[in-house]
Amino acid sequence: MRLFGFKKSASSAKERLQLVLIHDRTDLNTSQLESLKDDLIATISRHVAIDPSGVLISIARDGRSQRLIADIPLSTALRHRR
Amino acid sequence: MTGKVVTITSGKGGVGKTTSVANIAVALALLGKKVTCIDGDIGLRNLDVVLGLENRIVYDLVDVIEGRCRLRQAMIRDKRLPELYLIPAAQTRDKSAVSPTDMIQLCEELRSEVDWILIDSPAGIERGFKNSIAAADKVLVMTNPEISAVRDADRVIGILESEEKGPASLIINRINPVLVKRGDMLSVEDVLDLLAIDLIGKIPEDDNVLVASNRGQPLVLDSKSKTGMAFGNIARRLLGEKIPFLDLETETLWSKLLGRKR
Repeated sequence: MRLFGFKKSASSAKERLQLVLIHDRTDLNTSQLESLKDDLIATISRHVAIDPSGVLISIARDGRSQRLIADIPLSTALRHRR
Repeated sequence: MTGKVVTITSGKGGVGKTTSVANIAVALALLGKKVTCIDGDIGLRNLDVVLGLENRIVYDLVDVIEGRCRLRQAMIRDKRLPELYLIPAAQTRDKSAVSPTDMIQLCEELRSEVDWILIDSPAGIERGFKNSIAAADKVLVMTNPEISAVRDADRVIGILESEEKGPASLIINRINPVLVKRGDMLSVEDVLDLLAIDLIGKIPEDDNVLVASNRGQPLVLDSKSKTGMAFGNIARRLLGEKIPFLDLETETLWSKLLGRKR
């Protein structure tokens, strides 16, 4: 019986655990990650023009270690696209 | 003789640590090893009843540590096997009666007496857990394919890494192949992917575990039990044998043939 949508419950459990474990392991919650992102934008902007709205910060898992991944588009790239 | 100290821990309570310690200890003894198990859960003694040795307790772990008896006097011999002993937990309420240093000293003494020392850690990450891992050469983390048990196991694995007690090995207990197949239980692969440590045992969910506890006769003593065999295989892997993991799926086939949904 599936009360909550069509996804099998084991997949929900796995997806939820993946997120929870990243936060448990890094001690970083969503708001801390947001403030890290703001700091990164401010610091990098002092050196090069970037597109703040396109900045993506994420944590990837690699076995038992975590990797902080920042994808920061430069403004020049933005100008080309327009 | 230099005995090896193996601690079984889990984070979350009720995942099957005591049952596992009892079965792995009996399995090692059946393989001719000299084994002592220690109940590390001060104040909540349990390993004695699971092993069926509750009526023979005179002295306990705290008595040894506080010098009220000699080590040998607190080692209760299991009469079913030539060389299996239990050092029971104290039922005192004072958990601070034992320190990590006490455990290291005790295990140092035991190492010269036996081949294997198995420690049943209490749940949680408090003093009792710290005591239980202090002397460990190897830690086995136990979990169930269940969201909160996996999360707590991850926490414990992280602590073991930071205390340089890693790499731990994983035992996944209470696997229900029917639920896994239906997509309603995390599979062994899911749990391994999440926790990213080595697997040393996978144990099916089995009502006979309860029956065995009721009788005080660990399942490995029943040579026909598949669950008993799964525990026995953990013992053999500890001894360095390369034993393939049991295929729990055949259980599903049986259930289907019998037309049962359990």
